[in-house]
Amino acid sequence: MTQVISVLIENHFGAFDRVATMFSGKGFNLKSITIGETEIANVSRMTIVTEGEGKDIDKVVKQLNRLVDTIKVIDLSNTNHVERELALIRIDLQNTSLDEMKNVCDVFRGNVVDINNKSIMLEITGPPEKIDAVVNVLMPFGILEMARSGNVALRRGEQLKIKKKEYPSN
Amino acid sequence: MKTNNVMLSGADIFFECLKREGVDTIFGYPGGAVLKLYEKLYDVDFLQHILVRHEQGAAHMAEGYAKATGKVGVVLVTSGPGATNTVTGIADAYMDSVPIVVFTGQVPSHLIGNDAFQEADIIGITRPITKHNFLVREVNELALTIRKAFHIASTGRPGPVVVDLPKDIIASECEFVYPDDVEIRGYRPVYRGHSNQIKKAAELISNSKKPLLYVGGGVVMSGGSRELSLLVQENNLPVTMTLQGLGAFPGTDEHSLGMLGMHGTYWANQAVQNCDLLISLGARFDDRVTGNTDSFAPSAFKVHVDIDPASIDKNVVVDLPIVGDVKHVLAELVAEIQKHPEIEEWWESIYRWKDECPLSYDGGDGRLRTEFVIEKLSEKTKGEAVVVTDVGQHQMWTAQYYKFNHPRSNITSGGLGTMGFSVPASIGAAFGIKDRPIVSVSGDGGFQMNIQELITAAAYKLPIKFIVINNSFLGMVRQWQELFHSEKFSFTDLGQSNPDFVKVGEAFGIKSFSTDNPKEVDGLLDKVFAYNEGPSLVEFKVVKEDMVFPIIPSGKSVADMIVKRLNPKNML
Repeated sequence: MTQVISVLIENHFGAFDRVATMFSGKGFNLKSITIGETEIANVSRMTIVTEGEGKDIDKVVKQLNRLVDTIKVIDLSNTNHVERELALIRIDLQNTSLDEMKNVCDVFRGNVVDINNKSIMLEITGPPEKIDAVVNVLMPFGILEMARSGNVALRRGEQLKIKKKEYPSN
Repeated sequence: MKTNNVMLSGADIFFECLKREGVDTIFGYPGGAVLKLYEKLYDVDFLQHILVRHEQGAAHMAEGYAKATGKVGVVLVTSGPGATNTVTGIADAYMDSVPIVVFTGQVPSHLIGNDAFQEADIIGITRPITKHNFLVREVNELALTIRKAFHIASTGRPGPVVVDLPKDIIASECEFVYPDDVEIRGYRPVYRGHSNQIKKAAELISNSKKPLLYVGGGVVMSGGSRELSLLVQENNLPVTMTLQGLGAFPGTDEHSLGMLGMHGTYWANQAVQNCDLLISLGARFDDRVTGNTDSFAPSAFKVHVDIDPASIDKNVVVDLPIVGDVKHVLAELVAEIQKHPEIEEWWESIYRWKDECPLSYDGGDGRLRTEFVIEKLSEKTKGEAVVVTDVGQHQMWTAQYYKFNHPRSNITSGGLGTMGFSVPASIGAAFGIKDRPIVSVSGDGGFQMNIQELITAAAYKLPIKFIVINNSFLGMVRQWQELFHSEKFSFTDLGQSNPDFVKVGEAFGIKSFSTDNPKEVDGLLDKVFAYNEGPSLVEFKVVKEDMVFPIIPSGKSVADMIVKRLNPKNML
């Protein structure tokens, strides 16, 4: 079962590596990992997609919390949250036409971001399942290359703030 | 924060910080990247620097010092090979939660990543084996980093911290500001256990018919032995200890069942198997304790007290977790218990198991056995010595036959199982503890793994008793080969290739003796315990083929316990 964990982490040297090292050292499955700045100076947010059952995720969350550089770990798995991913996909124009590609792109509300006489590059955003669907549709036309950003995610509704005094839960 | 408005060099700041952390001893070895620190060290008078002979020795000495005293052990080594040589010690400290801070030199900042001379990415290398590590990138971060390093190493679940110091950082100057408080937003260990959970545990104890305390190294580290004794004595509870837990509760007390697990006593393991309430105190359900986790304490309600939330439910799923410092939790628990449990029948069962299968070994044939040596050692020192063991059969026999009466008197490499630990760790302990005898017990294999540190003991005239249990074999591996690997004694026979240990000792200037006669054990022990002007060494040549019993084969359960030597073919 795919699970999404959001981690607020110190934005400094080596913090990202600690998380990656922990995953490989503990033998946890890591499907995707993204990191970027947040609204708070010196704090980054990592979105981690991992695979496992509930108790496995508990272990992942505990090990993440154990790292000195992690400030807050939020298991999004059973929460109402938004997930988004971005993909850049270059298609071979030998087997298809510009119009056909623009149509596919419109259906998925994507953008054409690069074009030449041999290929076209599409930009698609959406939940990971949508990207999977786009890839399935485009596969027969010949995908020349593809880059996926990995998930970013945030909880819906109430805002989670970093409190001044934050203790790990019992 | 206090500002002195004085410009200090990184090297000055380094020693100022050590002074304020109360460091009185560091274990180190100089080299190119730390020359500036050693230049300054020449004039430093508030601490003693112990010159080791190999950096691995320094790391284990820091561990021995930390385990014996409860203070943070400190290591100072150079970059590259100096740093990588400490790796085994760091990993050992990580597995056994020992608070040490290892300062490693690093090539100048502008050369990092250039494959410079004696460069190694020690931060990358030690990331998975440290509680945390730091590369100091600006001299004005140095003081705060050192403060954080000591704070992280010594609080919560203790562990090793590495601080990597590029050469240029040590040489550059800045205003010295010593941070009074250290605030790390992602690091706030929980000390107080949840009161309701503790109340529940108290009720469980009151109502249990067959309770058992399963005590680990956490009780020693938290300084909770007194509270543990109160809990045990007031409620008449049986106590079993892990390898690291030995010493947390007196081994001579009638409530002690000795060690549990793979080489634990028969009665302790039967108690685990049959208890209805298992209270784990600062232990981590290690595989050497549990064997097959599915059949571990199958009918027990399990309570787990641990300061590290990640230890809870890691190996064995428990019914009542209490995250907190075990000393605090024990104190509250003692106060909460309203009614003492009625467990006379339970004690009768335990005594029956003890009668059924006490610890025993062959004897009377005039041949020398390790168990006999350890028994004598325990008698002679009345359980008052600090005993530092290596890894293998002698370690298990010491755990079984030495009656540790004090916390911090049992020092051993448990989690990582590092051969070569005892010699340097005993040296570290000897620098921390002056009023009790320090005994190092090694096998003939492990003794040779950090043998170079004998000269450190001799040079500083430390009155350590080095005991070498020589069975001319890598005994524990040999035991497994006999029991589980078709008696193929592959590369475990050291008989033809061991050095003369007496001559080795003498070469290092150490008073050295050897015997294979049980009748001489008393006299030789008396001799070395009477000599305190420097280290001494006794080689005990023991029976080759002896095995440690009982043994629960790896991954099996108590039902599979082997209590004595049978025909090897029938053992599996």
